[in-house]
Amino acid sequence: MQASSHHSSALAHHFDSFEQQRESASLGMWLFVAQEIMFFGGIFTAYLVYRVKNPEVFALASSELDLTLGGINTVVLILSSLTMALAVREAQLGRGKGVVSFLIATLVFGGIFLGIKSVEYSAKFEHHLVPGEHFHFAPSQEEMDHLWETKGFTPEHIDRRAEMFFSIYFAMTGLHAFHMIIGMVILLFFFRPAWRGRYNADYHNPIECFGLYWHFVDIVWIFLFPMLYLIGRA
Amino acid sequence: MEILRNLPLFPESASTFARDVDALYFFGLFIAAFFSLLIAVLVVVFAVKFKRRSENDYGIPEKTSLPLEITWSVIPLIIVLGLFFWGVKVFVILYRPPADAVEYFAVGKQWMWKFQHPEGNREINDLHVPVGVPIKLTMTSEDVIHSFFVPAFRVKADVLPARYTTVWFEATKPGKYHLFCAEFCGAEHSRMGGSVYVMEPHDYEAWLAGEEPGKSLLASGEELFTDLACHTCHTGDTGGRGPLLTNLTGSEALLADGRTQERDDLYLRESILDPAAKIVAGYQPLMPSFQGQINEEQLLALIRYVKQLNQTAPGEGVQTAAQSSAAAADEG
Amino acid sequence: MSNAKSKERPEGYPDRHYLNAAHGLKSWFLTTDHKRIGLLYLLAITLFFFLGGAFAVLIRLELATPGGDLVQPETYNRLFTMHGIVMIFFFLIPSIPAVLGNFLLPLMIGAKDVAFPRLNLASWYVYMAGGIFTLWALFEGGLNTGWTFYTPLSTVYSNTAVTTAGIGIFITGFSSILTGMNFIVTIHRMRAPGLTWFRLPLFVWSQYATSLIQILGTPVLAITVLLLALERTLKLGIFDPALGGDPVLFQHLFWFYSHPAVYIMILPAMGVISELIATFSRKRVFGYRFVAFASVAIAILGFLVWGHHLFVSGQSVYAGAVFSVLSMLVAIPSAVKVFNWTATLYKGAVSWETPMLYALGFIGLFTIGGLTGVMLATMGIDIHVHDTYFIVAHFHYIMVGGAIMGYLGGLHYWWPKIAGRLYPVFLSKFAAIIIFVGFNLTFFPQFILGYLGMPRRYHSYPDEFQVLNVMSSAGATILGIGYLIPMLYFAWSMFYGKRCTQNPWGAKGLEWETASPPPTLNFDEIPTVTEEPYDYTPKEVQHAG
Repeated sequence: MQASSHHSSALAHHFDSFEQQRESASLGMWLFVAQEIMFFGGIFTAYLVYRVKNPEVFALASSELDLTLGGINTVVLILSSLTMALAVREAQLGRGKGVVSFLIATLVFGGIFLGIKSVEYSAKFEHHLVPGEHFHFAPSQEEMDHLWETKGFTPEHIDRRAEMFFSIYFAMTGLHAFHMIIGMVILLFFFRPAWRGRYNADYHNPIECFGLYWHFVDIVWIFLFPMLYLIGRA
Repeated sequence: MEILRNLPLFPESASTFARDVDALYFFGLFIAAFFSLLIAVLVVVFAVKFKRRSENDYGIPEKTSLPLEITWSVIPLIIVLGLFFWGVKVFVILYRPPADAVEYFAVGKQWMWKFQHPEGNREINDLHVPVGVPIKLTMTSEDVIHSFFVPAFRVKADVLPARYTTVWFEATKPGKYHLFCAEFCGAEHSRMGGSVYVMEPHDYEAWLAGEEPGKSLLASGEELFTDLACHTCHTGDTGGRGPLLTNLTGSEALLADGRTQERDDLYLRESILDPAAKIVAGYQPLMPSFQGQINEEQLLALIRYVKQLNQTAPGEGVQTAAQSSAAAADEG
Repeated sequence: MSNAKSKERPEGYPDRHYLNAAHGLKSWFLTTDHKRIGLLYLLAITLFFFLGGAFAVLIRLELATPGGDLVQPETYNRLFTMHGIVMIFFFLIPSIPAVLGNFLLPLMIGAKDVAFPRLNLASWYVYMAGGIFTLWALFEGGLNTGWTFYTPLSTVYSNTAVTTAGIGIFITGFSSILTGMNFIVTIHRMRAPGLTWFRLPLFVWSQYATSLIQILGTPVLAITVLLLALERTLKLGIFDPALGGDPVLFQHLFWFYSHPAVYIMILPAMGVISELIATFSRKRVFGYRFVAFASVAIAILGFLVWGHHLFVSGQSVYAGAVFSVLSMLVAIPSAVKVFNWTATLYKGAVSWETPMLYALGFIGLFTIGGLTGVMLATMGIDIHVHDTYFIVAHFHYIMVGGAIMGYLGGLHYWWPKIAGRLYPVFLSKFAAIIIFVGFNLTFFPQFILGYLGMPRRYHSYPDEFQVLNVMSSAGATILGIGYLIPMLYFAWSMFYGKRCTQNPWGAKGLEWETASPPPTLNFDEIPTVTEEPYDYTPKEVQHAG
């Protein structure tokens, strides 16, 4: 009503004002993020329980992960979050072309992340670090000797506990990657309306909500990275 | 009449703490019945007394009364706290076996119970025990989760794979009682069980004598100790390759990483199956794993055997029910 | 005769309403109208209720004799597993929120629709997708793990359709989450002018509390079931004792959702009962704020009590004691509600319409269910009755005696609003009484069976338990017939029932201030609220006073 009439089609029939629509969308999105936190919370709990039970093997297994690739991925994701935030800003300013370019950047960073992730995954396949029948954990002889001398862990003991670590690693990073893929698919749907200049100061909540989702997925990685990659290197 | 005879309302009580559980149950039942009836009567009385008389009739709204709200919050609170403390008290009785309890063993597997008496007698699905002797069952599972349940004793405890759980009871009345598996465990869950036979001590003695005695738990433990060549490292001088198995009961081990570890059944089990998991300080992890070479029952026998080796503290080690009831008779 | 009656139009009966605003399958399956979506849910959950009920009938038939002589043990295990899964995930959890909540929430707060109408429709499709997976599991031969999926039975030892059913539950969970999100945003952002928090109907308060649990609890079940499915398919070892995994961790994660899930079922029913008691006593609910906050308190406490399912799982005494005392605390807000409802009847103008019969029945049955729950939270009692028929009786008193009574009471109360038509009065009262009697005959003997020591999930049982089991099976027959009657007359009434006036009960609440059935956008003009809730005292009396 307070909005200019040619945008009123963006106001859904059951809302009275853009303000109500925007607040509803953002509250809804926060609730969605809350349920996502609980969703990841379950698997974080499992991680916590088993890491407390097997600190040494978790640390050793963690050092099998590629710190460089993980580190690059962290930077890539943070950059994608930045471009996403800029895309939202461009939308608020009603600059459709700017939105499109930043969305492309976000998509590219997301693609790089998944590319690097798949390189990491295939390395794990080659090294028999995927849980299941062919799992075989072979850290350096030096490490094995060290655990043998200080803790007296046999290779078999290490192998079984490491399989647990990689079970959790694949479950966590797999879920995270799945969230990325979903996000990138949804992102594609923003190009058309952005290009056509649908977003403006009154109406930008879809892209704002999506930004919230994207940042959330980013933050999950910010937790996953130290929990999975860094525990062996403190 | 016939039906009434076939309509039991209350289970038999055949253990020392059955009365404790029943008293608590009756108190809970009384509370439940009292408030259910109170509410039911009030609802019916109000619904009848204040029945709508005409189409335009309306209720007289009342202001919320804070004292009333507090009253009917605090009274239930006091009652449930009473139930809570009483409940914990009874739970602790059920949970903590007395020190002089005689230890029996149970292994659950789909879909049978395997019991072993300290004298060595083995039973499947049935368990014979003497009356008046506190009995502690140490239990584990070969596959899924089961639950040991004897309604007449009011005891129940889950039986988990790769863990030891215990349950104890002291039977008070000779007879035959149901033994059930209470945790759903697959196809034949409802047939996983049998009977617990509670017998007078002399009948129990006679039963033991009449049965194929089998090897006593300690004897089979000793045999395993030799067969698996445990003795080559774990006996002899203190300079042996493995820690001496002395005074294991109730003591703690100093581990290589500086932690201490109580030498409980679970630790001993782990040390046999996964010896390297927790190495005692000053020793090399030389011992091979016995995973796959020894089943749960043999594990129990071996653990019991090594626990009584070179036991210097008095009153420890494995005691049989016969000894225990004899001792009780002496005291009496 | 009825045909002539069904065409009669009372004064003010709308020409155009949500039911005849559009025609054709597409207008139903692509609708974003919360009322039509509510009806889609009604149809779907009724089918699932019928399915779950059929399993229950077979279970009770098998248990009529002690020997396992009707079906094979494996068949019996599949029956009670599917009964649990279908009834809990596909009937009870969506019943009141997704049918009555969907239909009424926007009407009650003076909104044109829920905040996210398309998401609302999506939630129905998600629910149906989950339902199809679960039915598919049935065609794969069903599953035999119990609805609790305890590991390692479900991960290593069962070779039935666990994964398929798990996926079904995982998917359906998201329909519950979407509904919860939608309701919370709707209640926060869509209220009519003047409708402050303490003017909200208590049904809305209870829906709010329920939605909190749906949003915060369901995802934990989702991840747990997902890990279970991954463990079965990809051989991950998170709950596998052979890899150092912990089967009891599964129980913790499972009950972290599945205990609050009980409150997803009972809280909305409590909300319905508050509405019924107020309307049929023509009186403001006594202690309105206490009843409202009690809902929120139950939702919060509900997250802290899951460990009372693990008293005999080898949990430490201390952990057990903490969970025991917290579980007891749930009794306080529950008691507050029961006492306040009872006090509302006092000096009310009580009418014994069909919905009120369900409400009065609910109070009694819920009290029994709740107090036996307190007994179960008492550790010393739980040891003996854990996993016996005592617990089966207890949760059926809560879920059937509580949740289903509330659902049926609500359906009878708002049916004129939903259909714009009436149902046969005598038949409906008769059915309510049949259901009450059948219910008690079915489940009361199970309390006794439980203390006698009959374990649950038993395909065969010792002879001395037979008489009580026969009573229970006989009661189940009566209960089954009782449930069929409303199904039939509601279906009849939808098309042939006598048309009703806008507000046949003389009830307060915004949902009655629009036509019955309501127009697609609910209100011709958005109402402004100036009254307290349940203000039944006539204006002239108020002014005189």
